[in-house]
Amino acid sequence: MGEREFVLEMQGISKSFPGVRALDDVTLKVRPGSVHALMGENGAGKSTLMKCLFGIYKPDSGEIAIEGEKAQLQDSKQALDRGVSMIHQELNPVPYRSVMENLWLGRYPTKGLGPFRLVDHARMRTDTAELFAGLNMEIDPAVWVSELSVSKIQQMEIAKAVSYKSKIIIMDEPTSSLTETEVAHLFGIIRRLKSEGVSIIYISHKMEEILAIADEVTIMRDGRLVGTYPAGELTTDLIIKRMVGRDLSNRFPPRENVPGEVVLKVEGLTSAEHQSFRDVSFELKRGEILGIGGLVGAKRTELVETLFGMRPVASGEVYLRGKRIPVDSPIRGKRNKMALLTEERRTTGIFPMLSVRDNAVIANIDRYVLKTRLLDRKRSEEDVRKSIDALRVKTPGASTLIQDLSGGNQQKVILARWLLTEPEILILDEPTRGIDVGAKYEIYSIIADLAKRGKSIIMISSEMPELLGMSDRILVMCEGRLTGTLDGKEATQERVMELATQFM
Amino acid sequence: MPAIDAAAKGTSGAVKRYKEFASKNAIMLVLLALVLVIGIINSSFFSLSNIRNILIISSVRVIIALGVGGILITGGTDLSAGRTVGLASVIAASLLQRPDYADRMYRTLPLLPVIVPIALAVLAGLVVGLLNGLVVAKLKVPPFITTLGTMVIVYGVASIYVDRPPRGAQPIGGLRPDFTKIGTGYLGPNGDLSIPYLILVAAAIIVCYWIMLNKTRLGKNIYAIGGNSRAATVSGVNVPKNLILVYAIAGCLYGLAGALLAARTGGATNNYGMSYELDAIAACVIGGVSTAGGIGKISGMITGVLIFEILNNGLVILGVNAYWQQVIKGIIIVAAVAVDIRKYLAKR
Repeated sequence: MGEREFVLEMQGISKSFPGVRALDDVTLKVRPGSVHALMGENGAGKSTLMKCLFGIYKPDSGEIAIEGEKAQLQDSKQALDRGVSMIHQELNPVPYRSVMENLWLGRYPTKGLGPFRLVDHARMRTDTAELFAGLNMEIDPAVWVSELSVSKIQQMEIAKAVSYKSKIIIMDEPTSSLTETEVAHLFGIIRRLKSEGVSIIYISHKMEEILAIADEVTIMRDGRLVGTYPAGELTTDLIIKRMVGRDLSNRFPPRENVPGEVVLKVEGLTSAEHQSFRDVSFELKRGEILGIGGLVGAKRTELVETLFGMRPVASGEVYLRGKRIPVDSPIRGKRNKMALLTEERRTTGIFPMLSVRDNAVIANIDRYVLKTRLLDRKRSEEDVRKSIDALRVKTPGASTLIQDLSGGNQQKVILARWLLTEPEILILDEPTRGIDVGAKYEIYSIIADLAKRGKSIIMISSEMPELLGMSDRILVMCEGRLTGTLDGKEATQERVMELATQFM
Repeated sequence: MPAIDAAAKGTSGAVKRYKEFASKNAIMLVLLALVLVIGIINSSFFSLSNIRNILIISSVRVIIALGVGGILITGGTDLSAGRTVGLASVIAASLLQRPDYADRMYRTLPLLPVIVPIALAVLAGLVVGLLNGLVVAKLKVPPFITTLGTMVIVYGVASIYVDRPPRGAQPIGGLRPDFTKIGTGYLGPNGDLSIPYLILVAAAIIVCYWIMLNKTRLGKNIYAIGGNSRAATVSGVNVPKNLILVYAIAGCLYGLAGALLAARTGGATNNYGMSYELDAIAACVIGGVSTAGGIGKISGMITGVLIFEILNNGLVILGVNAYWQQVIKGIIIVAAVAVDIRKYLAKR
């Protein structure tokens, strides 16, 4: 049998979700024994494409062939059986089970006969120990996963994907929580797999990683294929240019905001939650955009959710314009003139089955209560219409269900919701996650405009260009602690990463 | 991370663990205190015959609780358990009446080997369980709604089965002694030290179920599905198949429990098993099974049942008014879930 040119061929893959065309005629061809990077901005469709390959989504059209044989993958089990394994972007282990039970889930080794086969714990333990030893990882096979750090969980997921002995391993953001040493370690594993003829599809936003490890790079934008290039021909600028579809210079709107006096002062804030952030102090100025950077698991979300009153405080003080304020509930957060755009739009942002109007006024509904205790529909509709126009929300109307809008427009409606409460401090947790590029620019413009009008903005972002391109100052967190504050103009990706991995 | 861990462990490890134990087992500690109080007020509570009695009653209940517990661990629930017990009890009883009993349901029925009606009772439970499992796993109807529906259906079926128009649903009595012996007989010398068959049956079931839950793929998959069903799916676990199996096994357990209940009480009616599912859910929750799924142990389920039955028995012994007993039991259920939820929230 001669060497086939491609181990995987995905051709003309299209996939739509209500309101979004996630993939449009995408083609991906991967050579055996190579590292194929898949690049594109959030929302470009990389993860969707991989989920089609792993049997989680069924493509609306298009064909997948593995080793020249057509594959119609109904579920993940079939993908695994066909030699495809995956490290998932959202790490989701079974928390209250042991490491080894997570590793061998779906294929536990058994002993005994027929229906009385029992799980072979001894073998599972030795297999796990062997697997970790072979990969030079130090994880206790018997410990509960809920006891592991995020980086250990990520390593466990890497080990799990490798353990299937697949021909193709999809790695969706495998290094999001890893330190530099751990990344180097992963690259060692990848090189070994490559030499054994395994193909890796590697998704990452980190340019140096891609240029260091990839053989070929496929770039996607807005659910479409931009092209596939040998990694040697690419530079960071070229990749970004092709990912974004326009020059880097105008990826972010010009900002004319002028930070003024201190509005919010946080002193020694410590979470009451187990293994969360501690002793965080910072100041936020009027009309300032304050970015917060760090790796997944740095407890940035926990910090801002605590400020807004969603999580308990153990100690520390928060001052609003010099006056100490309690932060014990979101109701208080609203009264404190704060607004929080949560990280998970689908789970804690939108009410999918409610209209754009209801979604927009829900945080501010008290204001529309008439003397009769009924709601002033006319006035709320008017306000919503104004907001929709101001933020340029693309929607058929105010009574359209929000679930029928694209991610970017949903996000704008949520922004409108919080702007209607007339906040002084707007906290944005990953405001452009899962939003297509064009809409991103519009969100940036809105943020810049709000800052110009004197609103203070805290913005968590895991996208380095966004963090660097939008922030006046950048706080960086690592393992629940503040590791540094950088000036937005002087900050570099390297400096942020250094601070983000300080304790690792 | 290592620094934080070390700091947390170094300073107050023992105290913290003690506190954690107390908070995790708060409801059990309270109930154990209750037991002591009951025993002190009325010492007959601690008599050997009373304890034996509690164990006998618990035997049937624990079999039901195991079935419900397995389903709870998958993140589901089963409201049809009690009514399925009822259906199984009337099926077993109707086929095991004495030939000389005047009000026999099947007048011409030959003398069946005892095992046949028991097997049919288990089969009836299996059918209900399979139905629940299929609807939950394939049609994706939430378990609460699915089993709420089957609960009503099964009660209807059991009532139709014993309906003798125009007299209406009739109780089934006059059971054969070779059948009731299963429910009332015992091993060893006559007296309080003898071991009732029911306890032996329950013990055998507990051992089998423990092996299933801890030593088989199915058991591990049950925990994985309840802990994180997406992780199970992307790891290649056939989630629907495993769910159907869990509900089916639970159904069989209810069937067996129904037959045993008829044997113990010497009869059956269409109202047998009413609200047993709530007792079972309550017992599981008291025993630390999370209603959110993914967490729960057999030892917890057994302890939960024992505590619940001790409470039942104690309230009777103390002479608490039957209606007040209901009020107290209800409070216990809510309190148990409230504690269970706290534990879950704290972990987040």
